[in-house]
Amino acid sequence: MRYIRGFREGAAAAALARLLGAEVDPNREYYLMEFCGGHTHAIFRYGVEGLLPGNVRLVHGPGCPVCVLAVPRLDAAIELARQPNVTLVSYGDMLRVPGSRRRSLLKARALGADVRMAYSALEALKIAADHPQREVVFFAIGFETTTPATAYLILEARRLGLSNFSVYCNHVVTPAAIQSILDSPELRELGQVRVDGFIGPSHVSAVIGSKPYEYFADEYQRPVVIAGFEPLDVMQAVRMLVQQLNAGRACVENQFTRGVVREGNLKAQHLVAEVLELRPSFEWRGLGALPYSGLRIKSAYAQFDAERRFAMQFHAVPENAACQCPAIIRGIKKPTDCTIFGTACTPRNPIGSCMVSAEGACAAYYKYRRGVEPVAV
Amino acid sequence: MCLAVPVRVAELLDNQWVEIEVGGIHTRISIALIDDVEVGDYVIVHAGFAITRLDVAEAEKTLALFDEIAAHLGKPIDALYPRLP
Repeated sequence: MRYIRGFREGAAAAALARLLGAEVDPNREYYLMEFCGGHTHAIFRYGVEGLLPGNVRLVHGPGCPVCVLAVPRLDAAIELARQPNVTLVSYGDMLRVPGSRRRSLLKARALGADVRMAYSALEALKIAADHPQREVVFFAIGFETTTPATAYLILEARRLGLSNFSVYCNHVVTPAAIQSILDSPELRELGQVRVDGFIGPSHVSAVIGSKPYEYFADEYQRPVVIAGFEPLDVMQAVRMLVQQLNAGRACVENQFTRGVVREGNLKAQHLVAEVLELRPSFEWRGLGALPYSGLRIKSAYAQFDAERRFAMQFHAVPENAACQCPAIIRGIKKPTDCTIFGTACTPRNPIGSCMVSAEGACAAYYKYRRGVEPVAV
Repeated sequence: MCLAVPVRVAELLDNQWVEIEVGGIHTRISIALIDDVEVGDYVIVHAGFAITRLDVAEAEKTLALFDEIAAHLGKPIDALYPRLP
């Protein structure tokens, strides 16, 4: 398909690399955070990092929903799945993520729990309609790309009169995570992380638009360029960020004009606003409790809220001491800084969530960079 | 999780479903999140839902820009897929 392959043309990548090489200021460094795990994978898969000038550094951000899910919330889902009358449905990534004591939904399934993997959230509705004697719970996670589907699911469940269906809502919002990175002591005081600009997510922005980022550009003086997920998109976005930084500008620009408008998808936003509301505080793995960063189901739809329906409990647990996921999510460490990376922790036997998801930084390093020595710059 | 692909709408079905075709494979997705979809439109699909329309005119503009850059500056190499002899 032209609209995929066209954005993977090698000759254009070589040309963009040459342009970028001529445009960077050799006397400074550029630290650019790609917020989204989808970008992290595009960068490694196509070797984009190797095409960038040495003084352009990419910092991997927290945009991987299974990576930022707090362990107590996953543990609660595993507990729920173990109830004999419950069928738990979730996206594939979620099933392999280790909770505390190395339990996972997949292991719970092996022990007899009814845990199912769905490609589309709507499959959960069908399961509920087909099995009226089962309590079907959709374990909803994800950033704004995935949230409208969950909202639609709840409205459809009400329309169909499904009384055996509920949603365990773990949706999170992107702007709050960006704000927490910009406000973190590592960035503001300790100087452990430097972020000069952001490569903004493409599909999250297709839903929320480019408007929500204007505050960060303005208030924190960091440019944001929303970029598509193909390698040429990422390279073009890096170029746009370099140009802004060279000119001392900090604006929101949109490279992904084929999918993002400033206002976003208003219909999707209205669906979300009808069914879900911000929680005063939500716990993120690696980032801690962030104000107004997660969504819950409004009380008008309480019958579809699994947290209320099953009075779900959350218990704090210590992180695995060796696993560096929390620091990797914040951009302080690279996967290769972790002592168990590629040894005890591998995609087949993950210890941390960053190794599980196709968007996690550790999984990207393992798949594309294992054995590659860091490039001297 | 946020990965999504552009697809072409092949047929309109009932209750906000459409049939799409991608790489010769036909499947069904929901268009509940967007309005006024017609056969032949391109949409961006994520986890069974079209999350937005693909603006073909904008996509062509971006592709034309890349073509222009490549024509002026590109070497006849494929930087993204280095091929060994």
